[in-house]
Amino acid sequence: MQAPSPLTAAPLLRIDGVTKTFGAHRAVDAVSLDLAAGEFLCLLGPSGCGKSTLLRMLAGFETPDAGAITLHGQDLIGLPPHQRPVNMMFQSYALFPHMSVAKNLAYGLQGLGLDRSRITERVQSLLRLVKLEGFEDRRPDKLSGGQRQRVALARALAREPRLLLLDEPLGALDRTLREETQGELRAIQRRLGTSFMVVTHDPEEAMALADRIVVMDRGRIVQAGPARELYERPASRFVAGLLGDVNLIAGTLEPGEGESRSVCTAFGPLRAVPSPAVASAASETSVVVALRPERLRLGDGDTILTGTLVDVAFLGDRVRRQIRLADGTVLRASTALPGDPGDLGIGQPVSLGFAPEAGWILPA
Amino acid sequence: MTAFNRITLTLGLGFLYAPILVLVVYSFNDSRLVTVWGGFSTRWYGVLLSDGPLLASALVSLKVAALSATIAAMLGTLAALALDRHGRFAGRGAFTGLLYAPMVMPEVITGLSLLLLFVGIDMERGIPTIVIAHATFGTGFVAVIVGARLKGLDRSIEEAAADLGASPLRVFFTVTLPLLAPSLAAGFLLAFTLSLDDLVIASFVSGPGATTLPMRLYSQVRLGVNPEINAASTLLIASVSVVVLGASWLSVRKNGTTAAQ
Repeated sequence: MQAPSPLTAAPLLRIDGVTKTFGAHRAVDAVSLDLAAGEFLCLLGPSGCGKSTLLRMLAGFETPDAGAITLHGQDLIGLPPHQRPVNMMFQSYALFPHMSVAKNLAYGLQGLGLDRSRITERVQSLLRLVKLEGFEDRRPDKLSGGQRQRVALARALAREPRLLLLDEPLGALDRTLREETQGELRAIQRRLGTSFMVVTHDPEEAMALADRIVVMDRGRIVQAGPARELYERPASRFVAGLLGDVNLIAGTLEPGEGESRSVCTAFGPLRAVPSPAVASAASETSVVVALRPERLRLGDGDTILTGTLVDVAFLGDRVRRQIRLADGTVLRASTALPGDPGDLGIGQPVSLGFAPEAGWILPA
Repeated sequence: MTAFNRITLTLGLGFLYAPILVLVVYSFNDSRLVTVWGGFSTRWYGVLLSDGPLLASALVSLKVAALSATIAAMLGTLAALALDRHGRFAGRGAFTGLLYAPMVMPEVITGLSLLLLFVGIDMERGIPTIVIAHATFGTGFVAVIVGARLKGLDRSIEEAAADLGASPLRVFFTVTLPLLAPSLAAGFLLAFTLSLDDLVIASFVSGPGATTLPMRLYSQVRLGVNPEINAASTLLIASVSVVVLGASWLSVRKNGTTAAQ
């Protein structure tokens, strides 16, 4: 399951078989994961999937029941949080409310043996990094949400960690600010070359930020890879649904093997690409054909499915239509606005087509 | 506010504060007789300031209050931290109960039991015994106030400090303690006023040469009320009010900063 890290052979961080239970609940279940130096990785999953617990074990706030965590070959598990060479940005930002912005940023620099002028210099460069020059004397309660988020980021970067852990770093920001901040976060990460490990429950955020996304569910890693791979070639229905809207058509495999296989459905045979889990499965195996809404073509020459249009929603950059098939299954088709047929009325019959490589066969 | 509410509010406040108001007014009475108004005067305050034994008692009271409130603030904070941070340790329930017991125990019983203890261990009664006695109930009040603040504290702020390389001791002194400071001060002031007020427990555990202000006032009243006592009481009320208002201002400000977070 674990993809080899793309950048270097020796990983910066190695998580090996880490397990953590709270009472009877297995929060993290034998997770193994490597992180390369300079990599931007997102842990993605629904709440309670164990991603935050994993992050807290890296920072030292939880102790694993089993497994090993090493950073550059150094064992981390025996070290208390204040001795670990990693830093964390907290979901609540956790700024020190009784200190000014400058004091917040300088907090981690004290005890490093720097003299006063070096600390001041470093605080100034951190303020420049997050574009908060002139805010050094403000108290956190006199800052906006976006400014607090940037102070929290700068504070976590103050000690120049090799690895920065970020717990839902953009969760508290509103939508427009979030998109803007995503870009800034990536720019800062590229500039510093620090490895970032971000925990998020927002798939769009994970796709916008990460070099590699690790999807977790019920304490286990279910799939890891670049955003595009996870979106187009998910390993399971869970991953397919998590990364975005998907149409699922149930059926059984027909005999055959190779690049594409045929699935027997209520609407006749459909040709699609099998996922590794079903590539060599026996015929008659129950499967689903996963189709992203933007892969369905309307009124196409090579009609594969037919149905009735039941709903049209104009979404600005695209139009989303709902089409009911003969057996009641409702499919969603999404068309980019330039090139949208546009003249279809509700209740009209619609024919749908898709390229064989657009369909993806998953275990049912 | 309806007329009914206005009337009940007036009656309620009157019931609570009319006696105190009478006392304050009569402390400015020129007459020697407490119940006869003889014109406005501050002469009893002058008499008061030249009353050596009374001033000595006031000094004893202030000393006892300052010392016992300091001890209560330290012990109460440690108790609150233990209850908040150490999960379900053995004897937690009993510890909670024992901490709060002196707050609800009749003072006579607290006083008597402490007296028996001090006699039993052959400790000479005086200022130290009163300080110990006052610290026992002050600790409970501080623990309640500081505990409430601890419960509302975002633990990730302390985690962030540790994450930034601060040892547990440095986290406590640079983050936890400053964040607790307003509630600690409020607890201290409450313990201070309770100590300043106390008559019953102090009467049990004091010895020769350790007469607190309430004890002195009470013994003088038994010989007959004079306007000087009114003046002394007025000053006592004024100082307690200032301290209580200070404590509530601190806790309001504390809530203000919490809300801003």
